[in-house]
Amino acid sequence: MSIRTPLAIARNHGAAKDGVHHWWMQRLTALALVPLSLWFVISIISMAGASYERFTGWVSSPLVAALLIALLVATFYHAAIGLQVIYEDYISNHLRRRIIDVVTKFILTLLALVSIIAVVGLAVGV
Amino acid sequence: MAADGRATSRPVSPHITVYRWQINSVLSILHRATGIALAVGTLLLVYWLVSAAAGPDAYRSAQGFIGSFVGQLLLIGWAWSLFFHLCNGIRHLVWDAGYGFELSTMTRSSMIVVAAASGLTVIAFIIGWIVW
Repeated sequence: MSIRTPLAIARNHGAAKDGVHHWWMQRLTALALVPLSLWFVISIISMAGASYERFTGWVSSPLVAALLIALLVATFYHAAIGLQVIYEDYISNHLRRRIIDVVTKFILTLLALVSIIAVVGLAVGV
Repeated sequence: MAADGRATSRPVSPHITVYRWQINSVLSILHRATGIALAVGTLLLVYWLVSAAAGPDAYRSAQGFIGSFVGQLLLIGWAWSLFFHLCNGIRHLVWDAGYGFELSTMTRSSMIVVAAASGLTVIAFIIGWIVW
């Protein structure tokens, strides 16, 4: 038996075992966004000035709708964790940092949901 | 904090004001700045999708706004931010894989990122305006 009190017991916390999760998700979403954003840019260029019928016809394809939703999920997730890192670097007051981070995440989640529901609505023609 | 409770003034790292500006630090700052710009820019994307979902009239008014002078200006800023963040993001992924840390390589890849982002923006708008 060790006579040293492990820091984990002293503080009631063990190692979380997922310390790189945040870092990894930032890379994973970045990797997904490389092809997704290129596809998106090429698509909207071809959609420049498109009529409502042509645009809704494009979104109603299951593949297009799926890619758009994938793009939205990856974009908002990537934005949320990216902004968190910036807050952690530049906002020294812990409470203020946490409040701004939580508000940011609420807003981004809401924007993600609204835009995903819009895409689903367009895809099923509601 | 010292043992007697007085604040200890330890030496602190010099901050950006004392460093000579160099392309790698400028790009590092720009990566964050464009990241923030793109996060705000998602509002344009959400507005566009929600307008389309709201029906033909809302879609046309959104298109009218995006086609206006202010809309095009926002779109150019958004496009350059996206292309820059994308190109520099790929550079970051290459660094994560352990490559490209030589100073000469980093300076060259910086130049390539700026040139690629600007070139792609110009190409995107030329094609976009032709299609439109």
